[in-house]
Amino acid sequence: MTQVVVTVMPKAGVLDPQGQAVAGALAQLGFGGVGEVRIGKRIELAISGDDPAGQARAMCEGLLANALIEDYAVEVLP
Amino acid sequence: MRGAPRERPDRGLRGGGAPIATVAVLRFPGSLDHHSAARAVEGLGAHAVTAWHADPELPAGTDAVLLPGGFSYGDHLRCGAIASRAPIMAAVRRHADAGGRVVGICNGFQVLCEAGLLPGALRRNATLSFVCRQMDLEVADDGTPWTGGVPGGGTLSIPVKNNEGAWYGDPATARVVLRYRDDLLGSTDRVAGVTNDAGNVMGLMPHPEEACDPLLGSVDGRLVLGGLLA
Repeated sequence: MTQVVVTVMPKAGVLDPQGQAVAGALAQLGFGGVGEVRIGKRIELAISGDDPAGQARAMCEGLLANALIEDYAVEVLP
Repeated sequence: MRGAPRERPDRGLRGGGAPIATVAVLRFPGSLDHHSAARAVEGLGAHAVTAWHADPELPAGTDAVLLPGGFSYGDHLRCGAIASRAPIMAAVRRHADAGGRVVGICNGFQVLCEAGLLPGALRRNATLSFVCRQMDLEVADDGTPWTGGVPGGGTLSIPVKNNEGAWYGDPATARVVLRYRDDLLGSTDRVAGVTNDAGNVMGLMPHPEEACDPLLGSVDGRLVLGGLLA
């Protein structure tokens, strides 16, 4: 099994109200110097087979990400 | 629920006549509004049957399809994403491709967008809260069967109840049928409902099935659901 990490993030330009709320809360707590905050998700997959990265990309295209509103990145862990 | 569609021989008849159409109401794990949706279409004189998410085909004799609201598959991953890949959706796609009428309400709208049968996607409300209230909707396109002949600029009053009701998409290329009068949820261009290019597939976040009885304050939902039968 190969460990693969998929990161799914809202695309630039897509409103991320969750990120905005967290940015506001951080400022309220006194954390200065925080610009934009964006929140996505991390999906950990254990994949067998020859091409785990290719499989993970196919999974992103088929289900894990919505290309209209999200970008994804695939990282194969050593 | 698995297996044969549930028959309701005692309902679906208006004035004692034969039902004017059979509407398949889809049911996914986590669907909530299938009963009220079935009741609403039966109030229009149609016959409602249930289609289970794992079925490979729509019930025999299906004239139109309704995807009800709720939280299919617990809204896991993205609202509507997992339901949009369910076996029954291949049959819904064939029905839509053949020109059959399909309406998706709330979670059903999210499912149709995720399935690619409607443009856009639904995202978290800008309020970051569940919004449950009556909304005024402006008719943006009166050339579809889903607004009951109300002319462009006319208003319908239909409630919303959702957490992820902010439509995101390109209003220049999508066929926008309904817009919120007030920008509350954060939808692109105040979009509340869209159809596909042909107009036979409709999706909206407001709940027309909850606006079919004068007791609930509005019967404008009947105009929308009438598109299933027109």
